[in-house]
Amino acid sequence: MDALLLARIQFGFTISFHILFPALTIGLASYLVVLEALWLRTGHDRYLTLYQFWLKIFAVAFAMGVVSGIVMAYQFGTNWSGFSRFAGGITGPLLAYEVLTAFFLEAGFLGVMLFGLKRVGPGLHFLSTCVVALGTLISATWILASNSWMHTPQGHEIIDGRAVPVDWLAVIFNPSFPYRLTHMVTAAYLATALMVGGTAAWHLLRGRDSVPVRTMLSMAMWMLLAAAPLQAVLGDLHGLNTLRHQPAKLAAMEGHWEPTPPGSGVPLILFGWPDMQAETTHYKVEIPRLGSLILTHSWDGQIPALKAFPPEDRPNSTIVFWTFRIMVGLGLLMIALALWGLWLRRAERLYGARPFLRCALAMSPAGLAAILAGWYTTEIGRQPWIVYGLQRTSEAVSPHEAGEVGFTLALFVAVYLAVFGAGTAYGLRLLAEGPRSGDDREPEGAPGQPVRHLPATEEVRHGH
Amino acid sequence: MGIDLPLIWAIIILFGVMMYVVMDGFDLGIGLLFPFFADKHDRDVMMNTVAPVWDGNETWLVLGGAGLLAAFPLAYSVVLSALYLPLVLMLTGLIFRGVAFEFRFRARPGRLRLWDKAFAGGSLAATFFQGVTLGAFLNGLPVINDRYVGGAYAWVAPFPLFTGLGLAVAYALLGATWLVMKTEGKLQQRLRRIGRRLAWTLLAVIAIISIWTPLQHPAIAARWFSLPNLLWFAPVPVLVAITTWQLLATLRGDGHTAPFLLTLALVFLGYSGLGISLWPHVIPPSITIWDAAGPPQSLGFTLVGALLIIPMILTYTGWSYWVFRGKVRHGEGYH
Repeated sequence: MDALLLARIQFGFTISFHILFPALTIGLASYLVVLEALWLRTGHDRYLTLYQFWLKIFAVAFAMGVVSGIVMAYQFGTNWSGFSRFAGGITGPLLAYEVLTAFFLEAGFLGVMLFGLKRVGPGLHFLSTCVVALGTLISATWILASNSWMHTPQGHEIIDGRAVPVDWLAVIFNPSFPYRLTHMVTAAYLATALMVGGTAAWHLLRGRDSVPVRTMLSMAMWMLLAAAPLQAVLGDLHGLNTLRHQPAKLAAMEGHWEPTPPGSGVPLILFGWPDMQAETTHYKVEIPRLGSLILTHSWDGQIPALKAFPPEDRPNSTIVFWTFRIMVGLGLLMIALALWGLWLRRAERLYGARPFLRCALAMSPAGLAAILAGWYTTEIGRQPWIVYGLQRTSEAVSPHEAGEVGFTLALFVAVYLAVFGAGTAYGLRLLAEGPRSGDDREPEGAPGQPVRHLPATEEVRHGH
Repeated sequence: MGIDLPLIWAIIILFGVMMYVVMDGFDLGIGLLFPFFADKHDRDVMMNTVAPVWDGNETWLVLGGAGLLAAFPLAYSVVLSALYLPLVLMLTGLIFRGVAFEFRFRARPGRLRLWDKAFAGGSLAATFFQGVTLGAFLNGLPVINDRYVGGAYAWVAPFPLFTGLGLAVAYALLGATWLVMKTEGKLQQRLRRIGRRLAWTLLAVIAIISIWTPLQHPAIAARWFSLPNLLWFAPVPVLVAITTWQLLATLRGDGHTAPFLLTLALVFLGYSGLGISLWPHVIPPSITIWDAAGPPQSLGFTLVGALLIIPMILTYTGWSYWVFRGKVRHGEGYH
């Protein structure tokens, strides 16, 4: 394999791991704000119990997000020095603002959020939780502005072979930014809701019925009911935006090779196998005119076909066709689960319907899977460009030998699998322990481990 | 002439990197000292002294990287790809060190030692390769047409490997004196002894680097040993000697906070010495901060934020340290 492909695999691998943790911490931080607010307002123990429980998960996810994120901040330079030289004047300031306005904010208040309730009291502690949650959202805003600029660049001039910002508002509020930001934040909330709901379902299936577990399931299902349909609308808007600004990506997502005759509309290919060499999609199962209806909101609207683009400018349709369908399929399942939950709630059977609980459990990683599938679609769909229309990925890569990139890739794979594998195992073990109400709780963690060693939540309950 | 944006940015980045060195320095130093404290309770106390703040400390490294990308994209792209392997190894070390804070408390007892090793080994790898990176950087990175043209293994040389070890001594001393401040009793007494040995070692390291660099680089020799520079810079080695002497005295006596503050001063002096040697190059030996600066629109836009926000960051970071002030005791911690 050549160094370019290895560098791309390395970026894809490291960012795929990384994105899962911020997605969970964005969702969990907001959830923790709601839980602490409810606890302070109502004084009900269940909210504090749930706060303590999810704070532990949050702490583990946050630590993994931090360490995998530092790798990303340096990888632009180590592996993509051509990109940094070309676009650093734009993406650098955006990343610097992310560090200044979000990373420090999160890190500065995280210590108090995890360990400080007894020291600062509930008011300041609640403020810290809010600030950390705000930090996660600010962080998402900057990094998605930067990423969106790479998809739909504007507000710049090319001077001496580098992108020079001339209008920062245009750079930040580039055409795909509002759609990408709302789509991603909603995805984070969905992924978290599914994780919370799946955890509750697991405990209910094991006969561990309790008020906090029920509260968890109920809150998750309300969130899912609100966010899953909203996400479908946002996704549709994002798709229309892609059609306008990145037509080749959209044609690849649809496996749409040839323009259709005038007046006949574009069919929607449900399934098939796009073939980049043969320039066609094999084994098509299609619905006439539905493509036009969805993408142009008209009966016979046209969308650009892949053959309208020279072969060297086409993204890989085989991959994005399928990642897109996986994302959409999971999204539809989420809507179905939410509606099922609503129906059971109205029948007052939400907490006892085992088939539903099993499905909720099976769906707990679906949000994260959909996030990955969606990112593969949009990022691979941008290829062969790293900055759409301005710089090709092949021009962006650092001039390393394949041996060096291969070595670091192998190192990252080994380290990530070991470290994040262990982290996921600890996270799952915490989830399996479940929320326990405060005062009668036995020392958590493993037997023989004194209670004081457990960070994150211990004095929350003393402070209570 | 307008505002010299590259100059201001160089100062901001130098400040950010210095904040990183002193703050993550003592976090990493604690990891370096771990092997010398086998007792689990001692280790718990040591780790608990930084558990609430380590993440913020590490963020200064990210600011250094992001600031470099924003203000000096050429330097970011050249330096980071030139020092590819040591940087990746450093990042790997930081991963193990960082997750150990959480995982250590989550692991089953049988696995505890494993994460202790990850914490110590990760801290050592991160520190050593930071030092190697620094040494390779001081040695100079040849650049032609905005691209690094040196070898991928140029850092495997005596000087960078020595600076790797040297930085480990500096961080270990920061860690030891931080712990003197945050602990008490027998643990503190042992740390005082270790601190004294480390102080002597660091003095030797500083002396060797001070002789080695000018010998290897005539430009650096000229910077230091020509008149009137010699007179201007002469206080640096004098202050190093005085500070070390004071440090040894307070470690022998009963100073709690003083050893840490004196070590900070010592690190600051060493850091200024490096700054004097390199200025105004952002990629030694030839590319200056003005050569490597990004577009003024990028520097100006980011400067507004940096000047407004960094004071706020310092304020709430200070508040967080204030919340967790005082000694950490056995069986208590923050938990």
